[in-house]
Amino acid sequence: MASTTFYSEKSANLRNSVFLVVIVMFVLGVLGAAIGYALTGSRTGAIGAIVIAVILGALSSIGSYFVGDKLVLAASSAKPVSEEQAPQLYNVIRELTIAAGIPMPAVYVIQDDAMNAFATGRDPAHSSIAITTGLLNVMNREELQGVLGHELSHVRNYDIRFSLLVGVLVGGVAMLSGFFLRYTFWFGGGRRSNNDNNNSGGGGLQIIIFVIAIVLAVLAPIFTRFVQLAVSRQREYLADASSVELTRNPHGLESALAKLAGDKVVMKEANKATQHLYFHNPLMKLNENPSALFSTHPPLVDRINRLRQLTGEAPLDPDTAGSLGAAS
Amino acid sequence: MSLGLIILIVVIVALVGFVILTYNGLVQRRLRVDEAFSQISVQLKRRWDLIPNLVAAVKGYMDFEQDVLTKVTDARAAAVAAGAQGPAQQAQAENALTGTLRSLFAVVENYPTLKPNENVLSLQEQLTTTENQIGFARQHYNATVLDFNTGIATFPAVLLAGPLGFAKREFFEAEPEAQAVPQVVLR
Repeated sequence: MASTTFYSEKSANLRNSVFLVVIVMFVLGVLGAAIGYALTGSRTGAIGAIVIAVILGALSSIGSYFVGDKLVLAASSAKPVSEEQAPQLYNVIRELTIAAGIPMPAVYVIQDDAMNAFATGRDPAHSSIAITTGLLNVMNREELQGVLGHELSHVRNYDIRFSLLVGVLVGGVAMLSGFFLRYTFWFGGGRRSNNDNNNSGGGGLQIIIFVIAIVLAVLAPIFTRFVQLAVSRQREYLADASSVELTRNPHGLESALAKLAGDKVVMKEANKATQHLYFHNPLMKLNENPSALFSTHPPLVDRINRLRQLTGEAPLDPDTAGSLGAAS
Repeated sequence: MSLGLIILIVVIVALVGFVILTYNGLVQRRLRVDEAFSQISVQLKRRWDLIPNLVAAVKGYMDFEQDVLTKVTDARAAAVAAGAQGPAQQAQAENALTGTLRSLFAVVENYPTLKPNENVLSLQEQLTTTENQIGFARQHYNATVLDFNTGIATFPAVLLAGPLGFAKREFFEAEPEAQAVPQVVLR
């Protein structure tokens, strides 16, 4: 069953990637057009801005496709580790790549006491897995297998490529909007009236477009961010399930998640730009029940309960779930 | 008249396209099955290579239980020999080897001086991972076989699979005692 699910997952994710890129490009284009028209008051200006926005979007997508993984690894202070230095880590990863039928990824370690891991890259042949020393020291072999199974599922399902593209495009929309809003705030009025003289009859329309552009600039980043978050959370549940599909051992991952819930150390090198890549949200703890809309990851308790469903066990009762955060 | 001709051409092009796509899809799936199968033997060979090292490492410590080591060595030789005799014999010999290795690790547990030995621990980890890799390689092989068998048995590919010479593949049967015996747990 693993393979059937895998191949359909892969194509679903490729479709998702294309869909998301098209949507974000469209948002970029509309935003660019509105901003261009609002600023210059001419159709040429609008078209020029569309072209600039779309070219920038395309360039940064292509850039993220080829070097995004290196940037992410560098931003997280991940260092490559050799097989002699971490034989068990290599062994566990190699086992899982055999189960998943994918090539061996590059292995990185992050010097951090917080427990976390992430995978990145553009496809399974160009993928990297990074794991914190905290996670490596605390987890036993079975739990390590569960966590790495989750990460390798992201690799196998092409979630890694999707995340890279999403990060860059959503960032691009936010940047363009931010630029426009700041620009309007400082120079908006003066520039507009200058152009009104050159384009007779464009004034009324331009003001309307200007208002639309401001509304768009405020809404577009929020909208694209929601799309990213919704997709990200679904991929996390799926990677948990795929991990169990690979290891055939739900208890390893479950006990790993329980240990994470007790982890009070916050990642040093994680930030808003990279948080969606990690095994669990590096910026949030179990008890700060993340409000559903704004989190990149589902709450750990929900992830544990979904695994317990697989084994036919009763979900954790709320008291235990609450005390998980305080344990160990 | 010409409309009929156009329809005829469209139908023929569609049919040829369907045959080509189906054939290529099935060939790709069959290649995955073959590749997954070769992975299993790679892992089995790896285990054969590791065993002499393990035996050498524990030999000095285990004066009283030489017969356990002899059994492992014999089972390994039998497995290597069975490699050429076909899948059924090979599976049986490999399962016997797995059994002797498990009893060896059980004996190692009884030697307090041997257990913390760095060399033995590392070999134990090596063998654990190789056992896991063999298991996962079989699991992956079965997954690709399921994918392939489903592919040739579902409509519409089922219409072409027979004439094009695609036959069902066999699953790799798990050794019956595999679930019962606990794994060597390392921290």
